[in-house]
Order: sequence, then structure tokens, then C-alpha cells
Amino acid sequence: MDRIPILRMGHLLLVTIQIDLYDRLATNLETDLVQMVNKTEAKGVLIDISALSIVDSFMGRILGNIGSMSKIMDAETVVVGMQPAVAITLIELGLELKGVHTALNVEKGMELLKDKIGNYDEDLTDDDENSTE
Amino acid sequence: MMMKIVLSKDRMTIEREQDVVPFRNRVKEYAVKIGMSVVNQTKLITAASELVRNMLKYADGGIVLIEVLSQGRDSGIRLVFSDNGPGIKDISLAMKDGFSTGKSLGIGLPGTKRLVNEFEIKSTVGEGTTVSIIKWKNG
Repeated sequence: MDRIPILRMGHLLLVTIQIDLYDRLATNLETDLVQMVNKTEAKGVLIDISALSIVDSFMGRILGNIGSMSKIMDAETVVVGMQPAVAITLIELGLELKGVHTALNVEKGMELLKDKIGNYDEDLTDDDENSTE
Repeated sequence: MMMKIVLSKDRMTIEREQDVVPFRNRVKEYAVKIGMSVVNQTKLITAASELVRNMLKYADGGIVLIEVLSQGRDSGIRLVFSDNGPGIKDISLAMKDGFSTGKSLGIGLPGTKRLVNEFEIKSTVGEGTTVSIIKWKNG
């Protein structure tokens, strides 16, 4: 069965959505992510949607669900890379993506996540500082 | 009111969830062909996606007519979604923000209407529903 890969990096889970998702793929991602949060004790989830040309109410709901479910599992979710046209459309449609944090790009999303969960894992913060600076 | 002239017609049968993405891509092709801006394209495709989902959810699918229109100097895309589903009992209620009989967010119809320039819905209980939307290139 088709699946969107979930990468683990320390206490973070990274997902890059590169194709327009059909429904089954999106619901699979939702389930997989929550299970991965549980299995890996992840503290943060970063979802890159820069390749998505549209986000309809279904996809919006999936993103919201991932955010809420992760929250209950004690993990923060950041959605990054939304295209401007997608943001305009989402708001006119009436979707506000409550429950998920957003950031302009992966880099800013990582910073946001680190801020949110920063104190949790000193090693992770150190590693990242070494590799990016 | 200027005359709307149909420049081309295409139709697609929607039967399964897997038909949604190819359908969206087809709509996008036409929108790109007439030179619609990215924002308007995104609005049209999102509206199309909402309506096609409704059709699958409530009526097990249906047929979508894709037309390229011209009106004066403007051109646009008209999509007509027809299904033989249960129909909508109270259309004005269905068009209210926050209303849904399914387990969605209830933003489907009113949200979709906001994304397009023209929106028409006709429904007969027991016979089916037809939704017609138009997005103008410069609308």
C-alpha cells in the first residue's frame, strides 16, 4: 500500500508531502504519524506541504487532526511551506487550521519546534546548532 | 448581461475516491490553458475538490461537465456536477455556514460558493443534485 514516508530526527518526526494526496493516503498518514509519535516518543512533528497545490477541507481536517492527536500524545505539530494561493483559498473557504502551528519554511518550522520543546532534549538542540551553524 | 459562449466541453465520470486527483488535474489543465492566475486556479480547484467529494460522499459519484466559457473579453471555466443521489431537502439550510449532515466540517457548500464567481444549485429529493460553478479568469 502507498505510504508517505515519516523520517525521525531525534525527538522530531519529519514528513514531506510531495504529491497531491488522495484520501486513503492522507488518512494513512494520520494514523501512521500518531503511531510513530507513540513509538518514538517524538516531541514534535514537522509537515512540509510546499508541494501541495491545493488544501481542501478534507486535507485541512487531516492536518488539524494530526495536530490535535499529536497534542494529546504530548507532541507539537508545525505545518510549513504553505503556498500563498493555498493560504488565501483556505481562509476564504473558512478553514483556519486551528490546533497546528505554521511556519514559512522548514528552517523556521524547526526553530519554532525547538522553541516549543527546547528544554526537553539538550542533546538535540546542541546537535542542531553544530550542524547548522 | 453578456452572452456566455461555450468554447469547449469535456466530461468526467467520478466513481471512486481515486478519481478526485485526476479530476483536479484535468480542471487545472483547462485553467492553465486559459491563463487563469495561480490564486484563481487554486480557488477553482479547491471548490471543485469540495464539490466532487460531496458527490462521492452523498451520491456515490456522478458526472462532471467541464466547459471553457467566453463572455465578452473574459474567459472562464464552468463546472457542472450532476449526481443521482438522495438530493438535498433544504438547500438554504445546506448553504448555511456550519451546517452539515455528514461528518465533515460543514464548510463545504457555503465555503465553496465564496471561492467562485457564480454558484447555482438545484436539487430534487430522490432524484439528485446539480451544482454549477463558474470561475472567471479575471474574476
